[in-house]
Amino acid sequence: MNDLLRRLLFLPEQGSTFAGRVDRLHYWIIGITFLVAAIIFFVGLTFVIRYRRRKAGEHTRKFEVKPGLEAIFVGVPLATFLLWFFIGFQDYVWVQTPPEDAMDVYVTAKQWMWKFAYPDGPSAVNTLRVPVGKPVRLLITSRDVIHSFFVPAFRMKQDAVPGRYSQIWFQAERAGTYEVLCAEYCGLQHSNMRAEVVALEPADFQAWVQEQRRGVATLQDAPPSVLPAGANLREVGERVAAEEGCLKCHSVDGTPHIGPTWLDLYGRTEKLLTGGTVVADEAYLTESMMDPQAKVVAGFNPVMPSYFGKLAPAQTAALIEFIKTLRTERLEKTPSQEPVYGPLRP
Amino acid sequence: MAPSGPELAKPRDYLREETTLWSWLATKDHKRIGVLFLAAVIFFFFLGGLFALLLRVELLTPQRTIMSAGMYNRMFTLHGITMVWLFLIPAIPTTFGNFLLPIMLGAKDVAFPRLNLASFWIFVLGAAFLLWAMFTGGADTGWTFYTPYSLNTQSSVLPVLIGIFVVGFSSILTGLNFIVTVHTMRAPGITWMKMPIFVWTIYGTSIIQVLATPVLGLVLLLVAVERVGGLGIFDPARGGDPVLFQHLFWFYSHPAVYIMVLPAMGVISETVCAFSRKNLSSYRMVVYSTLGIAFVGFFTWGHHMFTAGQSTFDAGAFGVLSMLVAIFTAIKIFTWTSTLYQGSIVVTGPFVYLSGFLFFLMFGGMTGVALATTALDLHWHDTYFVVAHFHFIMVGASIMGFLGGLHYWFPKMFGRTYPEGIAIGTAVLIVFGFIATFLPQFLLGNMGMPRRYYDYPEHFQSLHVASTAGASLLGFGFLIIFGYLAWSLRYGPVATQNPWDSRGYEWMTETPPPKHNFHEVPDYTHPPHDYSAPDVPHIPEVEHA
Repeated sequence: MNDLLRRLLFLPEQGSTFAGRVDRLHYWIIGITFLVAAIIFFVGLTFVIRYRRRKAGEHTRKFEVKPGLEAIFVGVPLATFLLWFFIGFQDYVWVQTPPEDAMDVYVTAKQWMWKFAYPDGPSAVNTLRVPVGKPVRLLITSRDVIHSFFVPAFRMKQDAVPGRYSQIWFQAERAGTYEVLCAEYCGLQHSNMRAEVVALEPADFQAWVQEQRRGVATLQDAPPSVLPAGANLREVGERVAAEEGCLKCHSVDGTPHIGPTWLDLYGRTEKLLTGGTVVADEAYLTESMMDPQAKVVAGFNPVMPSYFGKLAPAQTAALIEFIKTLRTERLEKTPSQEPVYGPLRP
Repeated sequence: MAPSGPELAKPRDYLREETTLWSWLATKDHKRIGVLFLAAVIFFFFLGGLFALLLRVELLTPQRTIMSAGMYNRMFTLHGITMVWLFLIPAIPTTFGNFLLPIMLGAKDVAFPRLNLASFWIFVLGAAFLLWAMFTGGADTGWTFYTPYSLNTQSSVLPVLIGIFVVGFSSILTGLNFIVTVHTMRAPGITWMKMPIFVWTIYGTSIIQVLATPVLGLVLLLVAVERVGGLGIFDPARGGDPVLFQHLFWFYSHPAVYIMVLPAMGVISETVCAFSRKNLSSYRMVVYSTLGIAFVGFFTWGHHMFTAGQSTFDAGAFGVLSMLVAIFTAIKIFTWTSTLYQGSIVVTGPFVYLSGFLFFLMFGGMTGVALATTALDLHWHDTYFVVAHFHFIMVGASIMGFLGGLHYWFPKMFGRTYPEGIAIGTAVLIVFGFIATFLPQFLLGNMGMPRRYYDYPEHFQSLHVASTAGASLLGFGFLIIFGYLAWSLRYGPVATQNPWDSRGYEWMTETPPPKHNFHEVPDYTHPPHDYSAPDVPHIPEVEHA
């Protein structure tokens, strides 16, 4: 029955636990809508035939609906609507309240791509890998205009609003690939801003995470003084910035985000939250990584965690070198490079 | 309905009073202003319809069919702006409202005739500016101008905003004029509860226009200021809040839906009585629900933002309030249907539009209820389901009201009738064309097709083709209507004073009316829409408990 109705209504497959839940309400509402529409149609048609005009200028009996009948006509639909709302709103609250054991994934939208970052390391562009049977909480934001993360098979969408995080959660029911569409108009390539959710069996997902971690670990575990052979600091810095999550809050192209942009940061005079100014030189940049709350730039929230002990000195240096190269002139000469953070395939 | 000598020998009507071009362009006669507006909105309707057809042709195939992505984005913006601000909002109030409101109230004109003329020319000025802006540069933001996209896009948003701002003044002035007219210019005998329903709905609409349109002007101005001056209001990069824009925008644009639909409800209330020769089965309920819609309509805007990161509590509150608006609509649907009971029903062109109206309002309303359950909106929001829903309720219903009114009052306005058979046939074609266009779009929305997509995954194509086929049927239907009505203007049989044998107050004066509407004061002792006693208008006392 579920499958028949689903096909009749052209609904896509039910990929998440929420989909099956919300489809039931859908069937009831559409079913009752058709029923009531049919009743009104036949009542109207009966009246039109039964009371057709037999001669011009006929007179009719004055007729007023009695208050009791009016009360029924108001009460019954109102009760029905409120019942639907009550059921629907419960589902809405349910899908807005992630379970505590949910796995977090940060979703960042920008014109015109989706980036998915996992707190423990890997990140990917346009492919969100999740384990089947485990709740996943998405923390969604945007770096430019408003986008909307829409998975038809999961029956859910959430806007990606620049400057704020919004959340939604889902649990994939079976392994498969599900279409992700951008649902909020975002410009020229809006209709091509597509991605996919790949639901993997838990074992497959773990294998993928391990594979990704190895890529991250080899770099992280390298002795502080040793840099990969043949690498220059700028390139290493760029990689470190992606791996350590710097780019989750700092943009490199001047786009406003949670933290100050790195574009033209080096040498810039910044106003501080506590008053006064500071020139962003090597010392200040290092201090900001190790003790971020010491001198917070005005206009931003003091939310950055300390990287003391997490970044090796060579990595810190590499980051600073990378920041130094981010000049407006450089970006003007060369086309902007995206993504800075590719999937970390070894 | 045949032309007769005495009919033509009467004192000159408003059409023949003066015939120079200047006498039309500078007229302060509400009837002529109504006709001017009618010509203008019909022009914009065909323009907006042309854009719609071009969009439908583009959507026949994924990827490029006839235009580029940039062109497509400008085209749907053009379609939305033209249809919303240049057709749907002014469609009924400025045309039939202008023409009939004073006549139905037994007044010689509206309260401020000069302001009324100003309203028309402000509309023309704003519309011309808007069209110039759209054709020379064009905005690619959609008619909703969501920030921060509208702040950052390279397209020429600014002139478009100014154009809409100017048009908004026309809307406010017309609303103000009608409110004052209803309050101060009712003829002796027409008490509040004896006003024709059409007057009530225009009154409700005018209140919304006067209260909500300034908010639209304000928010568009803020976007303009932010674009030009770099003030941080809506752009998070400058410390602004993009969702604040949505709140302000929908605070106008949701009630705007009722600006479009309420007058259509008024037209339907008039025609359902005229063609069933029956009093409304509950005049009071229609009046109260009209005011209820006008009031509660202001408190539902948040249902456009269920997925925008609004708090769960807000979503719930806006959901419940949206259900209340639906109830007011349900009351009306029951009232119109039960009005047919024990009537004397004749199927005419306007009656077919009335039936189509009931269907679109019913189905559009119920899908609106489904959307307001919040949980289902998570799937449908910003998909073709929503597109189909609002085309049913605010476009389908409004156009049914507009065409129904046009056919019902055409003899009143121009003194001619049109070929009835063709009118009925075309009305049926329009209703089915509309269903064929938008039913596939409901299903597309269920499948997950987002709106404003230039390119789409291939599995959506068959339904897109079906929708385009329906749209061409619809376009064809509108051309036929234009054809026979234009023909009838000149060659249609001359109408008698009351060709429908209606008891609406507007039919108690000559057809077409003389310049100052009346030669003798009509008798308003009978309530409107009363068909219970023979030839009521000339009986001073009628029993109506």
